[in-house]
Amino acid sequence: MPKTSEAAGARAAIVVRGVGKRFLLRHTHSLKETFIAAIRRKTIASTFEALDGVDFTINAGESVALLGFNGSGKSTLLKLISGVYQPDRGEVLTRGRVAGLIEVGAGFHPDLSGRENIYLNAAILGMNQKEIDDRFDEIVAFSEIEKFIDTEVKHYSSGMFLRLAFSVAIHTEVDILLGDEILSVGDEPFQRKCLEKIRELSQRGKTLVVVSHDLNMVADLCERGILIRQGKVAFDGESHEAVRIMREQ
Amino acid sequence: MSLRADGSFRIRMSLRVRRPPVGFPVESFPVTAPVASSDLRGFVRPGRGAGLVDVFRRRYLLTLLVRKEVQVRYRGSALGWLWSYVKPVTQFVVFFLALGVFLRLNGSIENYPVYLFSGLITINLFSEAFSNGTRSLVDNAALIKKIYLPRELFPVSSTLVAFVNFLPQALVLAVVCLLVGWHPSLLDILAILLGMAIIVTFAVGLSMLFGSVNVSFRDAQNFVELIILVATWVSPVLYQWTMVRDILPDWAMVLYHLNPMTAAVELFHTGFWEPTTDGGAEMPPNLPAFGLAAFGIAALTLILGQFVFRRLESRFAQDL
Repeated sequence: MPKTSEAAGARAAIVVRGVGKRFLLRHTHSLKETFIAAIRRKTIASTFEALDGVDFTINAGESVALLGFNGSGKSTLLKLISGVYQPDRGEVLTRGRVAGLIEVGAGFHPDLSGRENIYLNAAILGMNQKEIDDRFDEIVAFSEIEKFIDTEVKHYSSGMFLRLAFSVAIHTEVDILLGDEILSVGDEPFQRKCLEKIRELSQRGKTLVVVSHDLNMVADLCERGILIRQGKVAFDGESHEAVRIMREQ
Repeated sequence: MSLRADGSFRIRMSLRVRRPPVGFPVESFPVTAPVASSDLRGFVRPGRGAGLVDVFRRRYLLTLLVRKEVQVRYRGSALGWLWSYVKPVTQFVVFFLALGVFLRLNGSIENYPVYLFSGLITINLFSEAFSNGTRSLVDNAALIKKIYLPRELFPVSSTLVAFVNFLPQALVLAVVCLLVGWHPSLLDILAILLGMAIIVTFAVGLSMLFGSVNVSFRDAQNFVELIILVATWVSPVLYQWTMVRDILPDWAMVLYHLNPMTAAVELFHTGFWEPTTDGGAEMPPNLPAFGLAAFGIAALTLILGQFVFRRLESRFAQDL
């Protein structure tokens, strides 16, 4: 069992109860196609059960890795926690400020400068002007692109872009940090720096939920692993154990 | 809010829903035990916002989004913001030649250029806000699919961008009016402001309505282009309302007046054009009441738009 169940007095930060998510796959894309398909008695749409009866509770300060192969439903789960998706069944509840780093740089605009993008993106992630002003220097320093901060982002190399985007995301004032493949950014020294930063946030009591295909890395980073298989929780416990079970499949 | 209450218990919504309440007592929370409803204080359902109210709460983000659109709009073009004058001026010249000169409205309507231009900028504000607002959700698909934001931000910011674009045009009109002897009274200014309020409210409401449908059915944006094409002609922009009254039966005239844009255009005429004439023009009767009724219709449209938007919102991220 995960450590958290032992810790009496721990506060839940994320509650996922009986969550099901179904996607409708439309096979026709216009009225004409629908009409023809109906006449030929072909299927017009089918549903895909991405998540089916998922239950777990994550306590404040826990770091959790969502594990599973492609298409297992882990990214869908992360989007449900961040509020991008709504569950079809069951419910998702969160307590505290949530920042979803579902994809770094989603809110970046290529025609704006690095400076403008920091403000825009941090505001998108839920920060107000004062919070951004206070952290601006820290964000720039972490990204190591001081020289180019007033250059338009479209002239950045992909590495510089990712550094800046990650730096903004990691400096948002949050209680719950969600990340989907966020740790695959930049070169190795920068990755190491990011990992350290995430560990530091975790130690400061932030709740962490990450999805990554770098199994060894997430197992070391997180204490708890939740293995998702075909939309159901297959294992919930110590992270290295979860990775071992996943590899045995 | 009945829209979000679908669970068996209620959740206390604090004013700033995304922050934890300070000084909340620590409770035991075993993983396996069923969660009692008393344990759920301070919890929120992610992705269920308060609609337009949330846009107001995130107004800093709103200003940044508007500023971004304004900055980026003409980036990379040599003429830059001059383009926002080129379109209305061209439009004005074409209509003035066709209707004012060839069809001789210039002779029958006093100060026809001012009449025409004050109507045109009204309808341009509406068209731009409505058309961009309808497309705003699809245009911001990358963001909507990745991060949760109050999605009403996008139609609202599109409308505000259109409003920013409208201001220099209104300024040009005001300068021209002053040159031909405009001396507005306080009531005239109020009429102009009410006209703007009607357009902005109406455009946000329609953008939310058609924008949310547009996520699943892109037919909506084509339909909106059609509405905009018609909008110029079904309000007294190019001609006078009395010309319509003389021909249409009474019931059709009621329909004509129910269009909030008719009121908005007439309010602009009252504010800008009417003071520059010698007062011989016949304005619609009871214009203040007419204007307020139009604002009421626009507000109802806003409520309807918000309602439909919220019904469809849960599918935005997966359908885009």
